[in-house]
Amino acid sequence: MLANFNFMVIFEYLPLFLSGLKSTFLISLVTLVLALITGIIACSMRISGIKTLQYPAIAYIEIMRSTPLLIQIYFLYFGLPSLGIVVPEIQTGIIALMLNSGAYIAEILRAGIKSVDQGQIEAGLSSGLNYVQRMRFIILPQALGVTVPPLLGQAIVMVKDTALLSLISVAELTRSGQTMTSERFMPAEAFLTVAFFYMCIYFCLKYLADWSQRKLIFREVY
Amino acid sequence: MTTFYFGRLVEMFPFFLSGLWMTTKVAFISLIVCTLIGFVLGMLRANDTFFFKHLIGVYVALARGTPFVVQIFIVFFIFPEWGLQLEPFPAALLAMAIMGSAFICEIVAGGIASIPKGQWEAAASSGLTKVQQLRFVIIPQALKVILPPLVGQYVLLIKDTSVVSVIGVMDLTRVGWVTVMRIPEGLMVFALVGLLYFAISYPLILLSNYLERKMAR
Repeated sequence: MLANFNFMVIFEYLPLFLSGLKSTFLISLVTLVLALITGIIACSMRISGIKTLQYPAIAYIEIMRSTPLLIQIYFLYFGLPSLGIVVPEIQTGIIALMLNSGAYIAEILRAGIKSVDQGQIEAGLSSGLNYVQRMRFIILPQALGVTVPPLLGQAIVMVKDTALLSLISVAELTRSGQTMTSERFMPAEAFLTVAFFYMCIYFCLKYLADWSQRKLIFREVY
Repeated sequence: MTTFYFGRLVEMFPFFLSGLWMTTKVAFISLIVCTLIGFVLGMLRANDTFFFKHLIGVYVALARGTPFVVQIFIVFFIFPEWGLQLEPFPAALLAMAIMGSAFICEIVAGGIASIPKGQWEAAASSGLTKVQQLRFVIIPQALKVILPPLVGQYVLLIKDTSVVSVIGVMDLTRVGWVTVMRIPEGLMVFALVGLLYFAISYPLILLSNYLERKMAR
């Protein structure tokens, strides 16, 4: 099946793959931080109980969750220039990924906060804590443990999503596979190598997610 | 100028509908195939047989650990080297089936694992065979756990069909991409495409939320 699989070519192109891996890593890291900030803002708007903040947040989250990421990327990629805004592809891509992941992260955070038992909040109320104190001392410490595993799950999804940026010619891991395919026409070597590198990232994140699942979930103390 | 382009866009609307039809076709066929394969694999995976458990585990890790774009490139470009030449449409369905079954398999296996051991034992001691145990005792209970994430997964899979446009399937995304070459109004074109996707996937999101609330009770 892979009788004429050519390892030499892979070694020859290894620098390209490694630089692709590096930019995938950097793009993911930057996007993750930005998406967390977006998610925190969107989540706090959504649970604020103030209608003028709540409705835009709901609209944002629902729109992001019910349209494909590729459409969002193309929307910005083809749309921003027609508004007269010209930014490099990589920035367009990061903005699209940030907005997309931000919506999912907002929902994860909201689920975490909702998972805290109502009785806990009542107990906080009757101890005379105000809203900020209840958040700080009762809700968030419990909610954070619950949110870390799904957040890492979202990070795995997001790393895979960065592959879509290759379609707007951002030079990342998948793009290096495309480059090698078009230069040598060796798609098997190119894309199986790309897949191998993604699997490496996947296993690291998966290990982290499983570990946090075991360690961080706040268990009831008897 | 914008109104001129808007007029052109209205003229091209039938083209968008043909894209919508293609997206629906890809999504519908692959969802059915994924559900069938996913359920079979999930039941095998929940089994204790070492061979099945780990073989399917490797497959699931490969399918979940790599991006769908890379998978679709592998299906479309590498299979021809092994003598299997595929048209874009069957290649898209094959890639969707490989990816989607892995995700659904995990959901089903998780649902079955959530059923307490005692249920299996009770079913076994009533004299049911392994298949009957699954069919009459385990699956009906597991379905409660499986359904909400399954519908959520359907939404994700429908959205993932947009990626099959990269190998030239004339789906909704491809239609948008072709249109934007002729009508340079990216915001308008992709807002329309996004709206059509929204129309398919939002009802399913609402269904998923409803099921989650209902099953939680």
